[in-house]
Amino acid sequence: MLIAATLAILVVMALGIIRGIVGPTLYDRILAVNMFGTKTVLLISLLGFVMGRPDFLDIAVVYALINFISVIGVLHFSDSAVFKHDADTTESAKEES
Amino acid sequence: MDTILNMTGALCLLLGSFLCLSGGVGILRFPDFYTRMHAVGVTDTLAAAMILIGLMLQNPEGLVLLKLLLILLMTIFISPVASHALAKAAFKNDLVPLTNSSEDKGGAES
Amino acid sequence: MRDLFAVIMMTGIFGLLSASFFVVMDAVDVAFTEASVGAGIATLLMLTAVTLTGRSEDSERHRPLWALIVVFITGGLLIYGTLDMPYFGTAQAPVHVHVAPRYIHDSIQETGLPNMVTSVLASYRGFDTLGEVVVIFAAGMGVLSLLRLERRPGFDQIMADSIFYLMHERHLILRIVTKMLLPFILLYALYVQFHGDFGPGGGFQAGVIFAAAIILYSMVFGLPTARRVVNRTFVRLLAAFGVLLYGGVGVVSMLKGGNFLDYDVLASDPVAGQHLGILLIELGVGCTVAAVMVIIFFNFSDRKNIL
Repeated sequence: MLIAATLAILVVMALGIIRGIVGPTLYDRILAVNMFGTKTVLLISLLGFVMGRPDFLDIAVVYALINFISVIGVLHFSDSAVFKHDADTTESAKEES
Repeated sequence: MDTILNMTGALCLLLGSFLCLSGGVGILRFPDFYTRMHAVGVTDTLAAAMILIGLMLQNPEGLVLLKLLLILLMTIFISPVASHALAKAAFKNDLVPLTNSSEDKGGAES
Repeated sequence: MRDLFAVIMMTGIFGLLSASFFVVMDAVDVAFTEASVGAGIATLLMLTAVTLTGRSEDSERHRPLWALIVVFITGGLLIYGTLDMPYFGTAQAPVHVHVAPRYIHDSIQETGLPNMVTSVLASYRGFDTLGEVVVIFAAGMGVLSLLRLERRPGFDQIMADSIFYLMHERHLILRIVTKMLLPFILLYALYVQFHGDFGPGGGFQAGVIFAAAIILYSMVFGLPTARRVVNRTFVRLLAAFGVLLYGGVGVVSMLKGGNFLDYDVLASDPVAGQHLGILLIELGVGCTVAAVMVIIFFNFSDRKNIL
């Protein structure tokens, strides 16, 4: 069961990477990174139990904190004028699908 | 008692991976940023909680249980706040949500 | 992909993938450092740099065809050179025959620490780690000498008060959750610092987590508020203190009759001496890394007055 859960998380991480590459707006990519981060926390915890070394939980704790700080950092910098969402340079959401 | 805990843990893990997969499908198939964020934000937190509870039920001793509890509490606090901050920042930076005014897929009118 | 912001996001994902590879290869300490530095702090510092340079990449002015050919030829020659070496990970490779068994067999008796990575890093290869700490310190000094913060003590107070009222309206949820999380992050940084002897961790990772906590505080509450909490003189002194502590341990060992950075002579019993020496230098490493990361972040974000 642990291995099935690990495989499921790996599949979801691959889906997230696809969205990160394709995603038309900037915020899609930030969302993909956020999802990738929380899935990495779960992956590291599961791998720790699969390989029999629960020491990996320390990494999972650190990674959860770092993921949060990175997303808040990205959003903080997106508040400044450099990162205004341009409606004409990136495709708008209506034309996408 | 041990096998009951083990089976319940396995069930929680199964539920968690199903939720995770549905979140992954959602991030690819939904049409708009805000809908995708809804899919990821909801399923992410719940899937993480389910998987961590499943792991806790399968390993109920000592320091490992405490660390898993710590990760669970932090995920429950952090994940919704990150989704909120992301949606708020996107809205304030003029990302317009998709409104269903152009297509009308059936319903009462024809 | 010309958008530098998207490239930074992809780099963050790449750092996470590397951390996962290290976890699969059972290298816990390296995965720890990669997750905290490569995926966390590096993304934040690159973002602050991009806000200074602008968001899109300049178009190329010439096509670097010759450079590509040279790179391919050099890479081909290097790969041809490695065909002669023993296969990756065989038991007869020289590194596994001479050096590694000695560390694996003797590390527990000589240093008394269960975590072999810390004992190799801090005791057997202590001189290399001194070089790493000095390099980090030099990077901080380079940033300080190029982008100097201005001295405006009264201005900080006024800015901090005005920002407080702005932030209070805009980011209420974020402020409250950050206030709740910050003590735990700082406490966890201390745990990682001192638990590095027994599990994964050590000075570098603890310093990075500590700096990440200060950076989070300064992003949510505003830069002038953070500068009042973490005084700029204090942070510079802390950076210098870390390197001084490390070098000081080495000098004290010399004064007590051993070689430079020989911890056996620091206490009455060699194993206790190793414990004391490793504890002190990990503390020095943690102090310097935390202080330098904070210095770099404060200097970059002060340039553009990004609150």
